[in-house]
Amino acid sequence: MEVEFKESKTGDIPEIICIICPNSCKLHVYEDEKGEIQVEGHGCTRGIEYGKDEFSDPKRTLITTVKIENGQLPVLPVRSKVGIPKKEIFKAMEVANHVCVKAPVNVGDVVIPNLLGLGIEVIASRSMREKKS
Amino acid sequence: MKLLETDIAVIGGGPAGLAAALTAYNKGAKVTIIERDFELGGILQQCIHNGFGLTYFKEELTGPEYAEKFIAMVKQTNIEVLLDSMVIDLSSDKTITSMNPQKGLMKIKAKAVILAMGCRERTRGAINVPGTRPAGIYNAGTAQRLVNMEGYMPGKRIVILGSGDIGLIMARRMTLEGVKILCVAEILPYCSGLVRNFVQCLQDYDIPLYLSHTITEIRGTKRVEEVVISEVDERWMPIKGTEKIFKCDTVLFSVGLIPENEISLKAGVELDKTNGPMVNEYLETSVPGIFACGNVLQVHDLVDWVTMEAERAGENAYNYCTNQDRKGKLLKSIQTIPGENVGYIVPQRIQYLKDPKTVQFSFRPKIPDKECIIEFVSKGKIFDKRKAKHIIPSEMIIHKIAIKPEDMGENITINIRKNPKSIKEES
Amino acid sequence: MFDIAIIGGGVTGCAIARWLSKYELKTILIEKHEDVASETSKANSAIIHAGYDAPEGTLRSKMNVKGNPMFDQAQKELCFEFKRVGSFVVGFNDDDMKVLHKEKAQADKFKIPAEVITDIKRIKTMEPNISDKVIGVFYAPTAGIVWPFGLTIALAENAHNNGVKFLFSSPVTDIQRNEHGFIIQAGKNQVETQVIINAAGVFADEIANMAGAAEFTIAPRKGEYILMDRNVVPINHILFPTPTPISKGILVCPTVEGHTFIGPNAQDIDNKEDLSTSSAGLNEIIVGGRKLLPSIPIRLAITNFAGIRAISNKNGEFVIGQSKVDGFINAAGICSPGLSSCLAVAEYITETVKQYTSLRLEEKANWNPIRLPQKRLSEMNEDELSNAIKKRPQWGRVICRCETVTEAEIVDAIHRPIGAHSMDMIKKRLRPGMGRCQGGFCTPKILKILSREMDLPVTKIMKNDTGSPMVIGRLKQLESLPWKGDRP
Repeated sequence: MEVEFKESKTGDIPEIICIICPNSCKLHVYEDEKGEIQVEGHGCTRGIEYGKDEFSDPKRTLITTVKIENGQLPVLPVRSKVGIPKKEIFKAMEVANHVCVKAPVNVGDVVIPNLLGLGIEVIASRSMREKKS
Repeated sequence: MKLLETDIAVIGGGPAGLAAALTAYNKGAKVTIIERDFELGGILQQCIHNGFGLTYFKEELTGPEYAEKFIAMVKQTNIEVLLDSMVIDLSSDKTITSMNPQKGLMKIKAKAVILAMGCRERTRGAINVPGTRPAGIYNAGTAQRLVNMEGYMPGKRIVILGSGDIGLIMARRMTLEGVKILCVAEILPYCSGLVRNFVQCLQDYDIPLYLSHTITEIRGTKRVEEVVISEVDERWMPIKGTEKIFKCDTVLFSVGLIPENEISLKAGVELDKTNGPMVNEYLETSVPGIFACGNVLQVHDLVDWVTMEAERAGENAYNYCTNQDRKGKLLKSIQTIPGENVGYIVPQRIQYLKDPKTVQFSFRPKIPDKECIIEFVSKGKIFDKRKAKHIIPSEMIIHKIAIKPEDMGENITINIRKNPKSIKEES
Repeated sequence: MFDIAIIGGGVTGCAIARWLSKYELKTILIEKHEDVASETSKANSAIIHAGYDAPEGTLRSKMNVKGNPMFDQAQKELCFEFKRVGSFVVGFNDDDMKVLHKEKAQADKFKIPAEVITDIKRIKTMEPNISDKVIGVFYAPTAGIVWPFGLTIALAENAHNNGVKFLFSSPVTDIQRNEHGFIIQAGKNQVETQVIINAAGVFADEIANMAGAAEFTIAPRKGEYILMDRNVVPINHILFPTPTPISKGILVCPTVEGHTFIGPNAQDIDNKEDLSTSSAGLNEIIVGGRKLLPSIPIRLAITNFAGIRAISNKNGEFVIGQSKVDGFINAAGICSPGLSSCLAVAEYITETVKQYTSLRLEEKANWNPIRLPQKRLSEMNEDELSNAIKKRPQWGRVICRCETVTEAEIVDAIHRPIGAHSMDMIKKRLRPGMGRCQGGFCTPKILKILSREMDLPVTKIMKNDTGSPMVIGRLKQLESLPWKGDRP
């Protein structure tokens, strides 16, 4: 991917880089006078949808670790099952940082059933056995 | 001293070792995996981010989830798994020496060996970054293990050298942990990681990326105190007057992976200049019966392809044990030659060619380009070609071709050229 | 109250400590850093020179010529890594050859075995990859290479075993006279002593000043090095260029455990603590090294580092012996051939103590010159290793892949008399962190072992001195975890 700038300070660049395919089209997304979201610079229709989503409601998967008691490791990797609103990511981290699970855990076990009241589950990314004594 | 016998010994229990072992086992071999960590999964256990398995499982999984799918399959089998076991020697007659605290020194006599040891990281020392040697200098992968598996934070103000995926992923991980990533510097004029990672790891968090920049000095007596970053010219030489100083306490190096083949050398395996073994179309090294797959053979960008390559190695190792494969005589080895804009090619040679057969080539371009044509040349003729819209060194190209003996000379050269059609269109 | 306080735990100070430990004396060694061999003794060419090089009549010459042969017995007693690989001084033209013949003449005077070889075939047989431009070499078979950390630690451990006290992490900030001798302010400690031996390396002039014995100054001269991976540079001997008046030049030199280094250059600097390497310096070394061995594969370098030589203003000579202040003895200005001379200097200083102080040097009845090193996997055959693992499972867990170091060796190093409690102390004693992965694989494991064995949180494990923590803290989610809970 050729990123044609030397320094990127996101504040300066109003564009959204499409990540759907290697073309990496630079999308210009804005709200028009009618209040509708317009996308320019896309190379295909998938880009329009991506641009609209990224502009109005960008989502990111929460990926982190949580404390686990009596496990082979002190932390258990977890992820949200679906993307959460990008703007909530640090709040979500706060929640995750206060979670504690007990070993043993199975991959897919729900670690946080309803993250930030969004109805999104956070699950264990791996199984972890109890610490060998 | 314990003496074990097995059909196929797999050195390394990461994604490559797991897939190779399962394939060989399912074909009917007695398989032993020797893994140095306390559990299977290899490097995937510390890669807690997602993006794995899109091709192989049609799901987007995290590293540990991807590993666990294979670990679960292994649990259903009689594959012998030796954990906490470090291989310290490998002989050309396929005897492995390994050590384990409970089992002691073990000798494993195998009919075939599959090398799946993965990579180590290139270090600050190897790229000769000047300055002092204080505490706080880490490879991105070591930092990843400390954070994701041991629960330690290497530092609070971090500068990262290298915009490959490992560096970008760690930038995001540590930012979410409340640490300040001051910037990422990249010596190339382009970001070497995936666009997705540039967007979701740097852009999302306003982390500046300085392209065509490198660290020209590390300062600090006991702990890192600051780094100097300078812009570089086309020859990677620092440009005077472009120095920027960042006060930080940690420097993360994400400057490349090197296949870890010290054990392979002990068995007499010949290495390519990539530090991976030279292999034939069966992924067999220069020592008959020793096969290689995964990052130890060539650095991969997608674990899905590691799995698929390892499955081939597993099958080929099984066929070797049962004397099934070599339908064909040993031709004078056909060498593959990296031609224009090609960095390396796996396999390095094709050894058994009698009837037409399909051979899988994997290779990488040296520099990025668009609208290219990939040519496969032998005996002075282009026997296959393929268009490529985008090529970049960080994305491996895989191409399967049916080759005919009569078309083959002593060499196969792969060239990547600008597509003349596209040049015509531009003008 | 001590009889003798040695200031400085480099190879000179530790050698002196070991020699003095023979006698019924209360001796203490005071070291600024957390470990011995932390400054010049940590970053040098690791060469035991044959002894022909320094100008005749100088102390450097006398000590080197005396000191080189002492290494054989010392190795038997103290068990450190040392090999007499021999050295070539390489000549490329007639002017060079003139110098080489002068060196031969000097070697003859001191009865040091040496010869000038102009038979190119023979040179190439002995050193196949040497530059084709060589016209002759000066060969000194008694030159050797040593593991400088191992040597210093062996001397220190033997001294310690024989009763010498060691005070670490205690920089000397003040020295006052009293009726008995001196009161040294060393870190938070006050040490009273009759005699001071100043082996403070690059800072020896400052220490001398504190005691009112300012008779010399030390100027720091930096030397940068590049360390190559194991088995990538086929080399048999130490290779020197023809020397200049300032320095022995940029060498290519094998190390005792199979690596090769190139360096050092010679740069007079202002800041005695400037251990930085520079791209100009590294380039200079690469050019110099390639003159001797053109095929050095620089892309297989594993690290670079710098050391500082202590150059006295007495013509770069050793400043060893009684100073103008009663009870203050110098063992300073130790630059090349400092390592080669350390055993002879230790003897010389012992004689100085005998002659110039009122201390009575009574030999200890139970002085033990033998220092047993810790057991190493690299020295075991398969049966020994098998048995060792059976008796103690920690022998079966490899922690450092590049240098094949086991958990047992790390635990042993931690609990030896002087011990090892920082990452660098483990590195100097056993080598994890010195190999091609530069600690990438072993660091998390060693941190946990140190934490367990020292009963310290990982966040309190230092790279070397206090103030060099390896990690800054735990993840936020673990902050409330009592630290003992994190050990697997």
